[in-house]
Amino acid sequence: MATGPGLEPLVDQMISVITNDGRNIVGILKGFDQATNIILDESHERVFSTKEGVQQIVLGLYIIRGDNISIIGELDEDLDAHIELSQLRGHPLKPVIH
Amino acid sequence: MLFFSYFKEIVGREVVVELKNDLAIRGTLRSVDQYLNIKLENTRVVDQEKYPHMLSVRNCFIRGSVVRYVQLPPDGVDVELLHDATRREARGG
Repeated sequence: MATGPGLEPLVDQMISVITNDGRNIVGILKGFDQATNIILDESHERVFSTKEGVQQIVLGLYIIRGDNISIIGELDEDLDAHIELSQLRGHPLKPVIH
Repeated sequence: MLFFSYFKEIVGREVVVELKNDLAIRGTLRSVDQYLNIKLENTRVVDQEKYPHMLSVRNCFIRGSVVRYVQLPPDGVDVELLHDATRREARGG
């Protein structure tokens, strides 16, 4: 009965993860388990602010513990290519409060 | 178990999932699992101007542990039925 989160179709795809502390990390999903722990390759963080465009910070190979994950989004690379990140402004996400 | 079954019944309907970080995401319910993790299709963040983080995401997985509310389609819930079922479950039957 204990099945995993069903992320098989996203393996080797670009995903966008939102963590409980409000960070947005983009990378290639390499693996996951039933607790939603994930392995991300070639990852980078996108830092949103209202004052300036999105900053990208290179992180590399990352493991994110499932406890700390809010959302795993399938990144549509066509849509993403049409977004001018340096011009994009947004509020930082609030942290999750349980 | 009851709400797991309930959510399985409304797969394919449009819902708004509000998270514990105040983000609200509208989308079509694609699946739900035993942790009440939710998969949504055709997603839009409700306040996209303020939170453009998911502009290029159309399908997403939401961890059950961060869900605060799920707004249901008004005709998607038989309140009487669910009411009876919750009482039955509370009695342990």
